[in-house]
Amino acid sequence: MEFLLDGFADGLMRVLRADPHVMLAAWVTIKVGIWATILASLIGLPVGFLLAMGRFRGRGFAITLLQTSLGLPTVVIGLLAYGFLSRRGPLGFADLLFTPSAIVVGLVVLAVPLVAVFSMTSVASVDGRVRETALTLGASNGLVAWTVLREARFGMIAAVLAAFGRVSSEVGIAMMLGGNIEGYTRTLTTAIALESMKGEFGFGIALGVVLLAIIFVTNLLSRYIQRS
Amino acid sequence: MTRCFLSRLFLALLLVLGFWIHASALDRLKLATTTSTENSGLLKQLHPVFEKKYLVSVHTISVGTGKALRLGQNGDVDVVLVHAKKAEDLFMASGYGARRRAVMYNDFVIVGPPSDPAGVFKTFDVSEALLQIKNSKSLWFSRGDDSGTHKKEMELWRDAGVGVFGSWYRALGQGMGRTLMAADEKSGYTLTDRGTYIALVANRKVSLKIQGPRGERLHNPYSVIAVNPKRHPHVKIDLAVKYIDFLTSGEGQDIIRDFRLMGKQLFYPNAKTPR
Repeated sequence: MEFLLDGFADGLMRVLRADPHVMLAAWVTIKVGIWATILASLIGLPVGFLLAMGRFRGRGFAITLLQTSLGLPTVVIGLLAYGFLSRRGPLGFADLLFTPSAIVVGLVVLAVPLVAVFSMTSVASVDGRVRETALTLGASNGLVAWTVLREARFGMIAAVLAAFGRVSSEVGIAMMLGGNIEGYTRTLTTAIALESMKGEFGFGIALGVVLLAIIFVTNLLSRYIQRS
Repeated sequence: MTRCFLSRLFLALLLVLGFWIHASALDRLKLATTTSTENSGLLKQLHPVFEKKYLVSVHTISVGTGKALRLGQNGDVDVVLVHAKKAEDLFMASGYGARRRAVMYNDFVIVGPPSDPAGVFKTFDVSEALLQIKNSKSLWFSRGDDSGTHKKEMELWRDAGVGVFGSWYRALGQGMGRTLMAADEKSGYTLTDRGTYIALVANRKVSLKIQGPRGERLHNPYSVIAVNPKRHPHVKIDLAVKYIDFLTSGEGQDIIRDFRLMGKQLFYPNAKTPR
């Protein structure tokens, strides 16, 4: 265990001295994480809301499909997205592969089902009486939806936060689509993968601590926003 | 609450967007290479010089040789720096590459636990060493990932006449570093390029010793190949040619020769262009 602790202490020092490589990797992680979370929320929240509120044919099947896609392994998403983004793929002309945008594309695919399922659950769990009360008070359909949305907002914020935690801690997609290019697409997780490959276990764990700190701060911020 | 939240979100978005755009002002050259060149730190010596000279930014994607060639074949990178002669020949013959040049070489070594249970240290021939490992059923760790080292290993087993492996043979599907660490943990043998081995020993990550013999058959030459613009017109062939010419120039070759890790030379320049 000492070899881990030694390396960890050294690694932590590098982190605390704001080592530019660490800072850059952290920044890339935050950047792609925020982008992926925003885009996934823009798609996932409405989908979740519609699935919870709407009554249409194939709804049950759509829900099952969505829940199944929660189990999509990230390497499979990475492979599929590589197929699309490669020069030989249908989207190759955009030259996105091995850029941060490519990582975002993959992460959105990962996060949309997550946001959708979580927000669907939170909307569905709003007391049915809220809806009925609003209706009897003569609210329009839009206003009813808004009322339910307000009631479900904590669950939805939780969905968005869970998505951010998931995308910023993901390795496979970032590695395959980003290529782990130093200072450009190297995220904290791919940096950890690289350090573990080089046998720098302690430093890898120190990087993991940075990642956790980022997620921790995000959660603090969201609590602050929810209180105000 | 909502307005406050939205305005904050908007601000954050703008901030992110702002940083996003500045990202790549320089022209970028995409290089796919093997983990041995990247992890040893050699490219960190070479690239800054090249980048300053031509005001470009080299984006290194380090994977196994098999995947690096695959990325070249798909046109996802501009240039590859790899080490697997036969696979390179095939790559060229299929018309995927252009301007292939020799850059440098080092050698492969068979490493194993200090106690050397298979008695490999005293052998004079690679095939003999491998047969001893097989016959003593000592653990052998294979990369198993279609990398240049893995291709070499399969070739050596074939030459030794071994085609059937038992439970002593462990194919990992991992990079060189992880394979060395696994062999170290389990007191097994493995084939490695000398560079990655020295790098790990220098950092005291493994206690494996070089056990096998040296020899012509363990020669490990690296080539640099541009991706053929006839196959993939979008390839930045001008930059790729500049990169190839830089690696094989006197300046590039000197950097390779002078590169040391813990006082040891890892790569030997062998470009054929006049110096």
